[in-house]
Amino acid sequence: MTLTAIIFAGILTYFTRMTMIALISRDMLGDKIKAVLEYVPSAVFPAIIFPGIFISDFGTFIEMNDPKIFGALVAVIVGYFSKNIIATISAGLISYWFLIFVVFN
Amino acid sequence: MLTKKQLFTRGMLDISPHMLSVIPFGIICGAIGVELGFHPYLVYAMSFIIFGGASQIVFLQLLSGGASSLVAVASVGIINSRHLLYGAVLSEYLEKLSFIKKLLISYVVVDQGFAESNKFFKKNRGEEFLHYHLIGTGCTMWVCWQIATLSGIVLGSFVPDELGLKFAIPLTFIAIVVQDLKKLDHVIVMITCGLSSLLFFDAPFKSYIIISPIIALFVAALLLRLKK
Repeated sequence: MTLTAIIFAGILTYFTRMTMIALISRDMLGDKIKAVLEYVPSAVFPAIIFPGIFISDFGTFIEMNDPKIFGALVAVIVGYFSKNIIATISAGLISYWFLIFVVFN
Repeated sequence: MLTKKQLFTRGMLDISPHMLSVIPFGIICGAIGVELGFHPYLVYAMSFIIFGGASQIVFLQLLSGGASSLVAVASVGIINSRHLLYGAVLSEYLEKLSFIKKLLISYVVVDQGFAESNKFFKKNRGEEFLHYHLIGTGCTMWVCWQIATLSGIVLGSFVPDELGLKFAIPLTFIAIVVQDLKKLDHVIVMITCGLSSLLFFDAPFKSYIIISPIIALFVAALLLRLKK
């Protein structure tokens, strides 16, 4: 039963991946649409970033002094200047751990 | 002109830093599935059949919370509908491929792989075998995801909860978009998307994840019109 649901979910997910790649050709997208699609990364990823920071595991808004906000800010600053993915992730995690294990402990 | 092998390797290298967040997250996903009481084989089957990070956790949480299969399947479909946008962007670079190759390559399109390959594609439009970069990012992600979720299933949550490693996921995506903060139009689009995602967070079926990009792309279209 659960396996059937997983298979359906998998087929559906595969279709989301395949549809535009396999069924759309360049001529079907006008220049205007292509110009808008340039913004896809900026238009999609914040929908993963913002809830990941501002919403708690219980689905509620976090307090404004939550360590995750500080960790995210550090990651933004380090990422902006270092242009390095590992530095960005590590800086965010380490500053977050510093707050939860050292400062707020 | 880079060879297929060089492009594949380049793709692997470009996505590998993201494994710093993907691997802990995969372990957590595997462990949560077993903790929620699902059979280990089913939890692993999801990594192979669905192969979609957060949607796998949501699926199991919904089912264990008593939701119907239909609701769980629909939620996975909606969460993963963002791939339609990735596909629309990538189609331009993949259009020379045969239909079969397009069908195969589609299976390994993931968030981070799309982000890194898209960056590479924009700078190297002339390369003949560009798609090997996407295969490189996708296959690296696939292998790491399978190993990570399997480890989580077998070993349980050996990553301590207190570390809050789920926080590595927003950080990975910060690393992807942070350089675009230099451009005001991108900043406006990002803030629109981010605020919309918080505003619509409680919308049914986790649909905030596709509603907010659509709103943000409308804003992007408006900005393009203003620029002219």
